Amino acid sequence: MGGILRYIRRNPSLGWGLGLLLVLLLFATVGRLFINERDAYALATRPDQPPSWQHLFGTDTQGKDLFTGMVIGMGMTLMIGAIAGSIGIGIGTVLGFTTGYYAGSILDSVITAIVDIVLTLPGFFVLVLIASTLADPATLNVVPMGVIASVTAWAYPTRSIRAQVMTMRERPFVMMAKLSAMSTGKIIVRELMPNLLPYLAMSLAGAVYGGLMGSLSLEGLGIGNRRNPTLGMTIFWVNYYSAFMRGMWWWILAPVAAIILVLTSLVLISMGLDEVANPRVRTRV
Amino acid sequence: MSAPILEIKDLRVYYYVEAGAIKAVDGVSFSLEPGAKLGLVGESGSGKSTMAMALMRLINPPARIVGGQVQLDGIDLVGVSEEEMRKIRLSRMSMIPQGAMNALHPLLRIENQIMDGIKDHGSTLSGGDLQGRVYALLESVDLNRRVARMYPHQLSGGMKQRVAAAIAISLHPKLVIADEPTSALDVVIQRQVMEMLDRLQAEMNLSILLIGHDMGLMAQFVDRLAVMYAGKLMELGNLKDIFAEPLHPYTLMLIQSLPALENKGVFAGIPGITPSLLKPPSGCLFHTRCPYAEAVNGNRCEEEVPVFEQVKPGRWISCHLHGDMPS
Amino acid sequence: MALRYILRRLGFLVLVIWAAATLCFILPHLTGRDPIREQITQRIATMGLSGDAAQAMIDAHKRVFGLDQPLWKQYTIYVRNMLRFDLGYSISNYPKPVIEIIQESLGWTVRLVGMATILAFLLGTILGALIGWKKSPKFLNLLVPPLMIFSAAPPFVLALVLIYFLAFRAKIFPLGRAFGQYTKVDWSSLKFWLDYAYHAMLPAFSLILVSLGTWGLGMRAMMVTVEGADYMTFGEEKGLKGVRLFFSYGLRSALLPQITGLAIQMGAIVSGSALVEVYFQYPGLGTRLNMAIQTFDYYTIYGIVFFVVCGIALATLLVDLIYPLLDPRISYSKGT
Repeated sequence: MGGILRYIRRNPSLGWGLGLLLVLLLFATVGRLFINERDAYALATRPDQPPSWQHLFGTDTQGKDLFTGMVIGMGMTLMIGAIAGSIGIGIGTVLGFTTGYYAGSILDSVITAIVDIVLTLPGFFVLVLIASTLADPATLNVVPMGVIASVTAWAYPTRSIRAQVMTMRERPFVMMAKLSAMSTGKIIVRELMPNLLPYLAMSLAGAVYGGLMGSLSLEGLGIGNRRNPTLGMTIFWVNYYSAFMRGMWWWILAPVAAIILVLTSLVLISMGLDEVANPRVRTRV
Repeated sequence: MSAPILEIKDLRVYYYVEAGAIKAVDGVSFSLEPGAKLGLVGESGSGKSTMAMALMRLINPPARIVGGQVQLDGIDLVGVSEEEMRKIRLSRMSMIPQGAMNALHPLLRIENQIMDGIKDHGSTLSGGDLQGRVYALLESVDLNRRVARMYPHQLSGGMKQRVAAAIAISLHPKLVIADEPTSALDVVIQRQVMEMLDRLQAEMNLSILLIGHDMGLMAQFVDRLAVMYAGKLMELGNLKDIFAEPLHPYTLMLIQSLPALENKGVFAGIPGITPSLLKPPSGCLFHTRCPYAEAVNGNRCEEEVPVFEQVKPGRWISCHLHGDMPS
Repeated sequence: MALRYILRRLGFLVLVIWAAATLCFILPHLTGRDPIREQITQRIATMGLSGDAAQAMIDAHKRVFGLDQPLWKQYTIYVRNMLRFDLGYSISNYPKPVIEIIQESLGWTVRLVGMATILAFLLGTILGALIGWKKSPKFLNLLVPPLMIFSAAPPFVLALVLIYFLAFRAKIFPLGRAFGQYTKVDWSSLKFWLDYAYHAMLPAFSLILVSLGTWGLGMRAMMVTVEGADYMTFGEEKGLKGVRLFFSYGLRSALLPQITGLAIQMGAIVSGSALVEVYFQYPGLGTRLNMAIQTFDYYTIYGIVFFVVCGIALATLLVDLIYPLLDPRISYSKGT
């Protein structure tokens, strides 16, 4: 444990990123103990109230208490990110390892071509296409939203994991494993994966980030369950009711700050992990 | 006897790290006459490359020039301003770096890389004259004019080294420091490059400081030799004299380790490894590997740092044996 | 051969466009819903038709959109139409063709995104290079955290903040729109140009800030890498002036990888711009797309998405083709 803490001191990006994320997670989980969930939905309280002791973050035009909304919404948004990220990294790992290990084969060529196409397609527009067609937007709750957001989150991890596996494939320790007749599956799991853990973690952070951006963009247009106080949806309502024209700064500040904090924490974690995986990137000795 | 072109007195360069100070160059003194060739030879980690960078004043933190004097043609190189030093580089003193393979900028044409040094030193030459200058320089290093428009990746290792040499002489400096110019090349190219250097030196009356680890190469090229070990000079003197009669145990062992055609298959080395420069041995830095350390009275080699002094005319060593090595 | 590389990239472009068209075709069929029928049904209800008249309308639309053909035939017709940019008719603005809707709004988006991208790239690159340069004053490093935050945030979130502070509170900039409410579009008048620029500031700014962060941080990292290179040291040994070392030696080397980044970033920039347009009520493709989404105008949605995909794929291809020209180490034959 001490070793980990000492490392984090040398790697401030990772430290700050994890710390920030932890704080936000606590807010979303522990915060639930202090709220009445119904306050986050429409017509719960008096609308358009600035922050006060009764309503820590104020209320919005639909009469939702924003503090409650943030607690629940933060949880929902983080969950969406987690779902999108996990699916993204899950698919990315499987495909990345397979194509990386069997690089040059027909399977690799086909999958890589698909990955390249997906990467060229602008993610947001594809998500709009899928979201507006496949589902009745009102039913897009946390889980379906997470699944949809994962559609663009798997491509980049696949590519970067593939690149890493390809370099590792030629390393002596892999040759040794092959010579001792280790099965391919075992080689991947026992030899390659542990060495790639930092990369996988970094790809996870990236996938969660990508998934969140996707879901936020969709919600920003009001695509999704409009009742849910997710961070993106709150921004949608801010725009819908022209909060800025009515000077309701508290309504703007809460979700904007929350979004920026979440995304920044992920970027920091990603940068910190990049240093773990790639010591040469270190700017601070 | 004309005044030396380069005079180094007690130069010290230390690297400051968490664990302490690494004394990469610790009190080195020697001088170089105009038109002369001096070889600075030593193992990896002896501090010779640090010496080169220190002379060019390109020492970056955490390293620092801690003390000593460096005089180039009367100018105090340690004290001058940054801008003054910049002007001195290439025009009065230049360097042919180790591994010119990577020293050339991959995205610029050769002619531009030769010209930019000339331009940045206040040249008033017109475009056509500059071009002519480039061609003349390329010819003087035995390269075809066509090389001018090429990019570095189109050239071989030996060609790139020649380009580096052309750049180094482009402003007719008084002193050229060649930092292991041939280490990365094969023997045949090595010889060609060294012959070219020799010719340039004679034509332009350059003073050359050749830094390397190859005693054999030194023997074919330089007039005087300085032997460096763990940041200090062990021996300094005339090349022929040193080879005929080395006065320092380290020099002796270095010469003995050169393979000779006569006794094929007999390889002598120097046992042990270079000492840590962070926690150097007490007394004489070489005593841990020196076979003659016992021959000195008591524990003098272990306790007392020998002084770098002249034991014979033109012969300097730092050893308690003062050149009297038992056979 | 150079030709092989170009052909391969062109082939990829074709593949991307085909994939997009296929996706547009498959998606509605996956749900089993018929968006046209739904819309027509809605129209019929509002128009008060019934019985045979209603059925006649449905049949007519079926014929127009070719829905009475077997599936594979529909597919080929569809793809062929898409490639000719015959994107069908807008459902909510029937009988306005989708391509017309796109043509009306395309210019606004291209101008906004184009200007924002170019400015962000230039500013971000220089800024990042300065921050990364070891001879730069240390206080520039203070810019890194804000740049990082900018690069992480979605542009429309920044847009909201900018609108609140600069448009509402400080009243420096307008709240939205591309030009004044009572102004007529007249590209030949200077006054219009000024009004246009004035209205374009905040939307462009939202996009620029985000990209600035991305380019800035990327360039900074590249500069740090480049500074450690042997050719930089040799440049110093040659006694080159600091300015030359920064621009010709450092910036030039670090710039190249950034250009590949440009190709990859393009999708993200255009995506960001869509939402920014909506929040600023800017009459570009983003706003039109949003309107289509809100009114379930599927043909317009597909049309705009397909169009944007083609645009980005083409832009990516152009960058891929230009890059080997900039790096003398890469020739088309190696096709890296």
